[in-house]
Amino acid sequence: MGLTSVSFVSFVLNGRRKKLDVHPLKRLLDVLREDCGLTGTKEGCGEGECGACTVLIDGVPVNSCLVPAAHADGTRVTTIEGLGGRHRLQRAFVEHGGAQCGICTPGMILAAVALGPRPSLHDIKVGLAGNLCRCTGYSAIYRSIQQSHV
Amino acid sequence: MSSRARKAVGRNVLRKEGHDKVTGAARYIDDLTFPGLLHARTIRSTIPAGEIVKVRFKGDRAGFTLVDHHDIPGRNIVALIDEDQPCLAERKIRHVAEPILLLVHEDREKLRAADVQIEYRPSTPNYDPERSAITFKKIAIDKGDLDAGFAAADVIVEGEYRTGLQEQLYIETNGVIAVPGSSVAGAAGGITVYGSMQCPYYVHRALVILLGLPAGKVRVIQTETGGGFGGKEEYPSMMAGHAALAALKTGRPVKLVYDRVEDMLATTKRHPSIVRHRTGVTRDGRLTAIDIDAVLDGGAYATLSAVVLSRGMIHAAGPYRCDHIRIRGRATMTNTPPNGAFRGFGAPQTQFAAEVHMDRIAERLGLDPVRVREINALRPGDTTATGQRLGKDSSALQVLREAVTRTGFRKRRRALAGTNRGIGLSLFFHGSGFTGAGEVKLAAKASLALTHKGARIHVASTEIGQGTRTMLAQIVADALGVRYDDVDVNAADTGEVPDSGPTVASRTCMIVGRILERCAEEMRARLGRLTPRQYLRAFGPLVITKQYERPAGMVWDDTVYKGDAYGSYGWGCDVVEVEVDRDTYEVRPTAFTTVHEIGKAIHPMLAVGQIEGGSAQGLGYAILEDVVMRDGRMANATLTNYIIPTSLDTPPMQVVLLENPYPHGPSGAKGVGEMPIDGPAPAVINALRHAGFDLREIPATPERVMLTSSVESTQRTPRTPRKSQAWV
Amino acid sequence: MLRDEGPLVPMAGCTDLYVALNFGTLTETRFLDLWRLDALRTIAIREGALSIGALATHTDLIRSPLVRRRLPMLAAAASEIGGVQIQNRGTLGGNVANASPAGDTLPVLAAADATVVLRGAGATRRVPFSSFYTGYRRTVRRPDELIVSFEIAPIRGRQRFRKVGTRAAQAISKVVMAVIAGETPRIAVGSVAPTVVRARRTEAALAAGASVAEAQRLLLDEIAPIDDIRSTAEYRRRVTANLLARLLAPRSA
Repeated sequence: MGLTSVSFVSFVLNGRRKKLDVHPLKRLLDVLREDCGLTGTKEGCGEGECGACTVLIDGVPVNSCLVPAAHADGTRVTTIEGLGGRHRLQRAFVEHGGAQCGICTPGMILAAVALGPRPSLHDIKVGLAGNLCRCTGYSAIYRSIQQSHV
Repeated sequence: MSSRARKAVGRNVLRKEGHDKVTGAARYIDDLTFPGLLHARTIRSTIPAGEIVKVRFKGDRAGFTLVDHHDIPGRNIVALIDEDQPCLAERKIRHVAEPILLLVHEDREKLRAADVQIEYRPSTPNYDPERSAITFKKIAIDKGDLDAGFAAADVIVEGEYRTGLQEQLYIETNGVIAVPGSSVAGAAGGITVYGSMQCPYYVHRALVILLGLPAGKVRVIQTETGGGFGGKEEYPSMMAGHAALAALKTGRPVKLVYDRVEDMLATTKRHPSIVRHRTGVTRDGRLTAIDIDAVLDGGAYATLSAVVLSRGMIHAAGPYRCDHIRIRGRATMTNTPPNGAFRGFGAPQTQFAAEVHMDRIAERLGLDPVRVREINALRPGDTTATGQRLGKDSSALQVLREAVTRTGFRKRRRALAGTNRGIGLSLFFHGSGFTGAGEVKLAAKASLALTHKGARIHVASTEIGQGTRTMLAQIVADALGVRYDDVDVNAADTGEVPDSGPTVASRTCMIVGRILERCAEEMRARLGRLTPRQYLRAFGPLVITKQYERPAGMVWDDTVYKGDAYGSYGWGCDVVEVEVDRDTYEVRPTAFTTVHEIGKAIHPMLAVGQIEGGSAQGLGYAILEDVVMRDGRMANATLTNYIIPTSLDTPPMQVVLLENPYPHGPSGAKGVGEMPIDGPAPAVINALRHAGFDLREIPATPERVMLTSSVESTQRTPRTPRKSQAWV
Repeated sequence: MLRDEGPLVPMAGCTDLYVALNFGTLTETRFLDLWRLDALRTIAIREGALSIGALATHTDLIRSPLVRRRLPMLAAAASEIGGVQIQNRGTLGGNVANASPAGDTLPVLAAADATVVLRGAGATRRVPFSSFYTGYRRTVRRPDELIVSFEIAPIRGRQRFRKVGTRAAQAISKVVMAVIAGETPRIAVGSVAPTVVRARRTEAALAAGASVAEAQRLLLDEIAPIDDIRSTAEYRRRVTANLLARLLAPRSA
C-alpha cells in the first residue's frame, strides 16, 4: 500500500488539538511516533498481541498498531505522555516494581488506567490479558495497580 | 564525609530510571533518530544448507545501497569464541535466515518492497543433533569410580529427558544504529554504534575485528534495553556489524531494527537438549553412582555453545552428593539458526532432567520426593561433581525444608492424590559468575569517579530491566557512606567506561558489585574526613579503578574440569500445583511457591522481581512455549503463534527469600538473575506425574499430555470446571 | 461504488486487516471504511429476533443485556477473543467476513441458526449462516455486498460454549464448540475443518435418542481436522469428542 495521498486527520492528543496531513491508512502508532514525536508508545509485535502500543481512544484501550489514522479523527487520544508524570499508576509502578525493562510499561499503565478505580484482582488479570510482559511474571504489576489506590 | 547516610542495601529504594520508564521518556533504540538516517534490511537465506549461486536485485536500484561480504574491511567473522560464523555469508549457507546482504535506503516502504532473489545450490540438511558430523565442544566430568558406585547400588534407574527450543521474547526486538565517526577524543573516522544490548564490549571487540579498526575508533553505547534474557548477549554483535558496514559504505547513520517475525526467525534461542541418566541408588535412597550423557543442539554455528554446555554439565547432577559421577556432554551442529545464550545457560536443561529423574527414583524406591532429596542434598563440606568443596553458604536442605513447610507439601500431596490435580517440587542450584577460571581470564574492571555530591559509577554492565543501575548504586552508597540518590551511573558507553564484562551469568551483582564495593571502600579511605566537594576542591578529580580479584583458595583446572566451578551458588526449591483438564488435556498451574537463597538481597523488591519473572518464564518453558521447526525454519514465528504466558496463564506466586551470605560478595550477595528459570519445568512435570501423567519432555503441551493418557478421558472423574473458559 | 469501480475491501475494526498489512501479506489496495457507520452497530430485537449489527464490537456483545439474555454463548465467545484492546475494535461482522476456520464466534452463529443479512446496491438478501461459507476462507458474499447484520431467532435449550485455545487468553482456537442442548440439539465446531462445521447428522442421531458415545463417533465423521503449527489432527479429534460429551452433560462443567 503506498502511503502517498494526503488528507487531514484531526484529533485531541493528550488534551491538545492536532491537525496532521497524513495518509488516512497510516498506523496510529506511526502517526504518534513519527508525526507527533511521542515515542512513549512502543511497538512490540505489529500484530495486536503484545499491547505495547496500547493507547486510549476516547478512554478506551486499543492497539495503535492496528488503528488507521482515519479512525482517530475526531477522537481524544491519550498516550503515556498524556498522563504527565505524577499519575497514581505511574508512581505505583516505580514504587512497587511494576516496571522492569520498561518496554511494556506505557501500554500496561494505559490498560490499567482503563480499568478504572479499585479493580478486583480478577478484573486486573482480564483487563491486562492483552498486554504481554516478559520481565515481571505480572505479580508486581498487580501489586502496583492495587497499591496505586493506597 | 557523612556516615549518617541511611543504609541503602536491603532497602527498596526507587529504581534509577523508573520515572523515565513510566512516563515514556526512556529512549529505546527505535525511539532515536539522526540527521540523514538511512534504514537497513537484511536479506537472508531461505534454505537450510547449500551454496549461493547468484544474487539478483530486481527493479529500480535508485537510492539503494547494497552491502555484502566484499564490503568487509577486516575479517568476515562474528568474533566470539570460535571463528566459524560469517557476518555476511559468502558462498556457503548453513541455516535458514542466514544473513547474506544488506539493503540500505532512506524510505522504509521502498526497502520493504525491494525484491532480491537468490539462486541456491541446495545440499542435504541435518536436523538431528545426535547424528551431526560436527561437534562444537565436548565436556567430560569424572568423580570417583563409577563401576564401584554401581556395584554398591541396589537399584539402577534410567531415563531419557528432552527439552525444546525456547525464544527469549524480550518485548523490545533487537535493534542498533551505526553512526559514522567515533567522536572519541583524538580519533578521527571510525564508527559509533548505539543499540539494545547486554554486552557493549562484546560488540566492541566484534566490530574491531570485522572492520579492522583500532579499538579507539570504535565506540559502542547501550541504549535503554527492553529485556534481554540472554537474547541480546551475542546477537547484537552480528547486527552491529551489519549496521556499521552500511554506515561506513554510505557515510550516513543507519538504523537496523528487526520486526518481531525477523527477530524470531533469525536470532538465537535456548539449546534443545537430550539428557540420559543412569543412576545407582541404595534401597534406602542413597545415590551411589550417577552416569549422565547429554547432547545440546547448537544450531549452525558455535556461538556460545561451548560455555552453555559447560554450565549445563557442571549443574547436570543436580544439587546432590554422590561419590561416583560420570558426565559426558557434547554440543553439536545442525542446520538450524544458531542457538545461544538464554537465562540459565544450559542449567535449566540439565536440571530438568536431573529433577524429573529424581522423582522417578523416589517413585521406584517408594520414597516420597522430599525424603529422597533430603537424603542426598549437598551439605556444607560435601563436594560437587567437579570436586568443589562447598562452604557454609550452601543451603540446599534449608530451601527444601522451607518450601515443604510453607506449602504443606506432604499433606497437599495426599489431599490431591487421585484427582485431576497434582503437586510437584524441584530442588536446584545455580553458580554465580563465569565458570571456572572465566572471571580470572576476563579480569573485569570497574571505576568510581568522585562527584560533588557523591560518586558516579563507570561500568559496562547494562541495565536491561533487572535493576543493575539501582543495585550497584546501593552497594556503592553504603560502602562510600553517601546517600543512594547521590550515586549516579554513567551510560554503558565503551568510550567512557572500563570493561566490567558482559551482563550475563548472574555475575553483575556478585562480581561487578564487589569490585565497585572495593572501589568505594578505597575512595572512602582517600576522602578521610573531607566531603566529596571539599576533596575535589583541594585535590581535583578522583577516579578509582579496580579489577576482579579471585578469592583466596579458589582453584580450577579447565583441562580436567575439576575444582571450584563457581565462587558461590544460589539454592532454590519450587513447589507447583497443576490442574489437568481431563477433556482437553490443558495443564494449568494453580499455585506456585519458590524459596530462593541468594546470599543477600541488595534490593529485595528487585530480587523478588527477578524470581517472579524468571519463574513465569520457566512456567512458559514448561507448559506453553513450543518453537515449531519445519524444514529448518521456525514455522510459528509470530506472537500469535509462539505462545508466552499472559496474565491469565500465570498463577499467584509466593516468593520466599533466604539469605546465607557469601563472604566474597558485596554485603554477602550472590547472583539471582538466572536461577529462577531452573526450577519450574521439572516441578511442573513432577506435578503432572503426581496427577497421573508420565512426561519426560517439555513443553507439556496438551497434545503431549494427551498421548501419555491412554484412558478415555470423558469417563474420568472428578472434574474441576475452568470458570474463566467454560460457559455454563 | 462497490459495483462500478472494482473490488473494495470493507474495513471496520482492522484487527485482522492491519495484521496482514503489517506483515506485508495484504494484496488489496482499495478499502471501504465502515467504522463510522454507527447504524450498523445496533443490537436490538426486531420482529422477535435478536438483530446484531455487523459493526457491533466484541465489547458491545459482552456488555449487551440483550445478547447476554438471548444468546449468552455469543457473549462468552466474544469475551475469549484477544485482549480488551482487540475486543474494543474487532467486530462480529469482521470475525464472520474474515472467514477463518478458527473464528470464535462462528460456531455460535452456526449453532444458533443465525441469518446473515447482506446488502448490495439496492438489494438486501438473507443467507442462512450454514450456507454462508463455501470453502476455506470463501463466502457467498458478492464483491458489491456488505454484511450489515445478523438475525437470531429465539433459542430453546441450554447454550454451551467452549474454546480450547493455545493459552488462557489471547489465543487462537485449536477446537471451539457451541452446543445447544435439549430435545433437538444443535452442535457446531470450529478449527476442525476448512469452515465451521454444523454437525447435522450427530444432531439428528441425538434427537432420535442416540447415546453420547454414538454421537461422539458420528461427530468425528463430520469433521476433518488437520495437523498445523498450533495442534494436531489427533488432538482435535479427541478433544472434539470429549467436549461434545461435556457440553451435552446435564449439569456438569
